[in-house]
Amino acid sequence: MKVLQFREALREAMNEEMRRDESVYLMGEEVAEYNGAYKVSQGMLDEFGAKRVIDTPIAELGFAGVGVGSAMNGLRPIIEFMTFNFSLVAIDQVINGAAKVMSMSGGQFTVPIVFRGPTGNAGQLSSQHSQNFENWYANVPGLKVVVPSNPADAKGLLKASIRDNDPTIFMESELMYGDKGEVPEGEYIIPIGVADVVRKGSDVTIVSFGKFMKVANESADELAKEGINAEVIDLRTVRPIDYATVIESVKKTNRLVIVEEAWPLASISSEISHYVQRVAFDYLDAPIHRITNRDVPLPYAPTLIQEILPNVERTVKAVKEIMYVQK
Amino acid sequence: MASVKEKKNTRAKSKSDFPKETYMEWYESMLLMRKFEEKAGQLYGQQKIKGFCHLYIGQEACVAGAVSALEKGDKYITAYRDHAHPMALGSDPKAIMAELYGKATGISKGKGGSMHMFDKENGFFGGHGIVGGQVPLGAGIAFAEQYNNTGKLCMTYMGDGAVRQGAFHEALNMAMTMKLPVVFCIENNGYAMGTSVARTSNVTGLDQLGASYEMPSESVDGMSVIDVHHAVDRAAKRARAGEGPTLLEFRTYRYKGHSMSDPAKYRTKEEVEQYKQRDPIEQIRQEILDQKIATEKDLAAIGDKIKEIVAEAVKFAEESEYPTAENAYTDVYADASYPFVEV
Ligand SMILES: Cc1ncc(C[n+]2csc(CCOP(=O)(O)OP(=O)(O)O)c2C)c(N)n1
Ligand SMILES: [Mg+2]
Repeated sequence: MKVLQFREALREAMNEEMRRDESVYLMGEEVAEYNGAYKVSQGMLDEFGAKRVIDTPIAELGFAGVGVGSAMNGLRPIIEFMTFNFSLVAIDQVINGAAKVMSMSGGQFTVPIVFRGPTGNAGQLSSQHSQNFENWYANVPGLKVVVPSNPADAKGLLKASIRDNDPTIFMESELMYGDKGEVPEGEYIIPIGVADVVRKGSDVTIVSFGKFMKVANESADELAKEGINAEVIDLRTVRPIDYATVIESVKKTNRLVIVEEAWPLASISSEISHYVQRVAFDYLDAPIHRITNRDVPLPYAPTLIQEILPNVERTVKAVKEIMYVQK
Repeated sequence: MASVKEKKNTRAKSKSDFPKETYMEWYESMLLMRKFEEKAGQLYGQQKIKGFCHLYIGQEACVAGAVSALEKGDKYITAYRDHAHPMALGSDPKAIMAELYGKATGISKGKGGSMHMFDKENGFFGGHGIVGGQVPLGAGIAFAEQYNNTGKLCMTYMGDGAVRQGAFHEALNMAMTMKLPVVFCIENNGYAMGTSVARTSNVTGLDQLGASYEMPSESVDGMSVIDVHHAVDRAAKRARAGEGPTLLEFRTYRYKGHSMSDPAKYRTKEEVEQYKQRDPIEQIRQEILDQKIATEKDLAAIGDKIKEIVAEAVKFAEESEYPTAENAYTDVYADASYPFVEV
């Protein structure tokens, strides 16, 4: 094992895949000469040249579409959005393009493309720069949606996404790029659609993904101090969702709390709650709880951010509530 | 057929066409922007200001020259590099500084921060964070002025990076066919983050972009407040006469990095120095002294006054309170009884 930053793990994944497959290229704003707005693509222009590491104008609709077209015609683009907030400018090409072409063409065309970049809040940036669209993209048949939480997963899942023949939305976080973690030596791939039980427990299941895995894990630490044994599941991908792993855990713990950064209405937590009550109703000893962003835009002031974002305190409280623990 | 490109017509009028007060107002207004931004930069370094913070230093003439050419009641909208625009329109620097601090007394109640200043009372329709997103809004604001026959117009500012967005082109085309009273102002400071204008298109003279829509367009020395004033004056006359939009390219420069986190290694020291030689504030200062409109001593007194205004703004921001948690649920819907999802 070696220790890498999240951004380095992503870079290794892209570098390895670009070395192995000539048809893979990277395109986006500031990815080449500036070495990436968040330095994910540092050094890639030097190694692969301007043909394969391509700076674009601020024209998300255009370069997302160019990516989709090139994927229909045999290439395997990695399209970087500086953040997924700006993917909204491009969303038509992602949803009406990438996600539909295979079906519309009766399977003649596939779209092996990765759209990647950071999602969610990154501190005090106010509401246009602090949004989560994991559930938006996950709603769309034809797409796969990957949201890694640590460097090792980031590398293995990004390599899988690049090799995947379907369009993949790959969502990172500015707040995680500097995170360090152990990454296996050599080649490895983590299959899309397989959740990771990161902590075994018997009293309650906590499900999360992406950077809010930190809240899930810290909550489990807090609960352990009070003798509550939480099982923690990292979904890793939110389309497809590994329902089986969640169900298996709930059958054991009989309680479920979901932590998610997005807004509550029609979110991944809504979806999982529906699924679990539908297929494992008899195993539940308490209502399913979820901790999400409050149902409002995320403003700039730190006091408001504190109120709105999911946190350990709210998660621990929710767990205690469904365990009927006093205080 | 409408003239596609008006002849560049700067300095057509003699300098003395402006009353003395105008020079003094320009000087004072631009110096306030400069000193305010220098302070904001320092405070960012001290982590009093968070998030992304984009300074206007170097670009002051693009706003000062417009405001002097326009009327009360005209509207303004811009992107996230937005501290100076409202200040030039009369917003209280205290409220702008408090916004940078995220305090409840801020111009957007601490909800917007650096990128989202708004001041309805002064006709400022905001700082917007999605590149190009404000351009159609500017056309829409102008649409409402036309609809209501007000004779007012909307100044729609954007960066050079924004003109590569579809939203810009769609808005220009519609504004032209509808003859909307809008002035599209490209603050061409040479770079969009680390990307020079030349690296984003074969068309680097951004005034040329109006040609596809037969929109009268001109390129203006954005370091000269006088040139900006004249160009905006011409555009405003056309807008008010019902002749429709104008595209102005202000050739300007930002002395600092894109935002506080950008070391700006993509450009040379010499290039920055070249522009500083043509500093908009220094130019007008020289004009004032040459024309003996005021003395060095008078100007120093203005400098002191501005220092005081900035210091007061900081004090106000420091002493103000953050918004309380309940405010997370206000200003989201006009409908005050809106039922948010709670569980
Ligand atoms: C649609 C969109 N894409 C990307 C960004 C990230 N971004 C913020 S500012 C910027 C550069 C804009 O440059 P320009 O329009 O020239 O304005 P300037 O900063 O020079 O004033 C970029 C790429 C964004 N905010 N919105
Ligand atoms: Mg620019």
